[in-house]
Amino acid sequence: MKFYFALLLMGLLTQNFILSKFLGICPFLGVSKKLNTAVGMSAAVIFVMVIATAVTYPINLLLETNDLAYLQTIVFILVIAALVQFIEMIMKKYIKSLYNALGIYLPLITTNCAVLGVVLLNVDNGYNFPQSLVNSFAAGLGFGLAMVMFAGVRGRIENNDIPKFLQGLPITLIAAALVSLSFLGFTGIVEGMGLI
Amino acid sequence: MAEKKSPGKEFSKGIIKQNPVLRLMLGTCATLAVTTSLVNGFGMGLSVTVVLVCSNIVISLLRKVIPNKVRIPAYILVIASFVTLVQMVVKAYVPALDKSLGIFLPLIVVNCIILGRAEAFAGKNSVLASALDGLGMGVGFTAACCAMGIIRELIGGGTFMTGLQSLLSVFGEHVLGGFDGVDFFAKFPILEKISLQPMTLFLLPSGGFFTFGILIAITNRIAEGKGEKKAELRDCMHCPMAAACGMQPESCEEAKEETA
Repeated sequence: MKFYFALLLMGLLTQNFILSKFLGICPFLGVSKKLNTAVGMSAAVIFVMVIATAVTYPINLLLETNDLAYLQTIVFILVIAALVQFIEMIMKKYIKSLYNALGIYLPLITTNCAVLGVVLLNVDNGYNFPQSLVNSFAAGLGFGLAMVMFAGVRGRIENNDIPKFLQGLPITLIAAALVSLSFLGFTGIVEGMGLI
Repeated sequence: MAEKKSPGKEFSKGIIKQNPVLRLMLGTCATLAVTTSLVNGFGMGLSVTVVLVCSNIVISLLRKVIPNKVRIPAYILVIASFVTLVQMVVKAYVPALDKSLGIFLPLIVVNCIILGRAEAFAGKNSVLASALDGLGMGVGFTAACCAMGIIRELIGGGTFMTGLQSLLSVFGEHVLGGFDGVDFFAKFPILEKISLQPMTLFLLPSGGFFTFGILIAITNRIAEGKGEKKAELRDCMHCPMAAACGMQPESCEEAKEETA
């Protein structure tokens, strides 16, 4: 139980996917302009991450028992791409309200490095099935936390007088640097609480 | 890309004018994550270039065979195969690089530069043009990674080109006279006497964001001087998922109007 809590804390704070692992920067910069799109995107990412982990875990076992571990990259990306399409179709047909909320973000997630990244990290770290699921959920939550926080920061930036050549992307990136710096303050929290 | 360009132009446009990282804002994840040193940045750039050139060639060869509706999965499959190939080569010959790139090596699959070029260029152009385009974009990416790497390594660690031998170990021991980078603080003790210290912050994720932001600001400044547009996340034209994307932010609408 302790370890699951440690995984959650790591995903949220110390090893945040966006701010310390640089996974999913494109949506972070592209979709974090408004709070509601940031929340929608994050929810879709959490959803896809957990489902992708649940599906790829048994596939990875199958690959490893057959000595085909080198096919991981190819198989995972195809599975994720197919899965996202499949989820989109099911949602569209049966869960219309969820589709309206998350549907537009789904195609963007196929080639999102955060999803493939979390699956590969689970394999690299040798997590078992429940651990992988929790880790993916935590990573998704961390992604959401960074997105939502940053949507607020960007809202403030918009209303400020910024030197001409820093306007737009450069100031966004520098703001991201500061947010990432503030997350540095959490370093050691997991070890300090004696969770690992 | 309707107008015909000379082969030289296909190659050179990716290096400066349409630099994938600094102008088109593609492949930012990899650029930010691995550029803690020049050698890492160069290794990443080289891997991406190899994958980009190979996938561009194959996709261009298959452009009349692949049905339009399933082109994205087909492209992903081609790219993933080459990434696996590169991954195996790097693991076998440059294990140190494999270690420092970590999961970002397999993540080349989802690097938007590669899928973006496949969708925007290789799927519509001849093999030679696609190969040159891939090479140019790859060199542009490598150059941007190297620039980031040099800055972060120099300011963050006070070193230059450390770990070079691990990259060159493919060619045997003691290549280039065993040159393995310079540690300025070890070489010039005076630096510490005047209380200079490397800013470790630049090696941390936060320093990556900061360096990248400043680099974009500088390129924007230069581009503006030449009458070009600023780099923005208005890259729906380059985004591989543009066709499937339902987002349609305002900037995409503008971009579409301009191309129309």
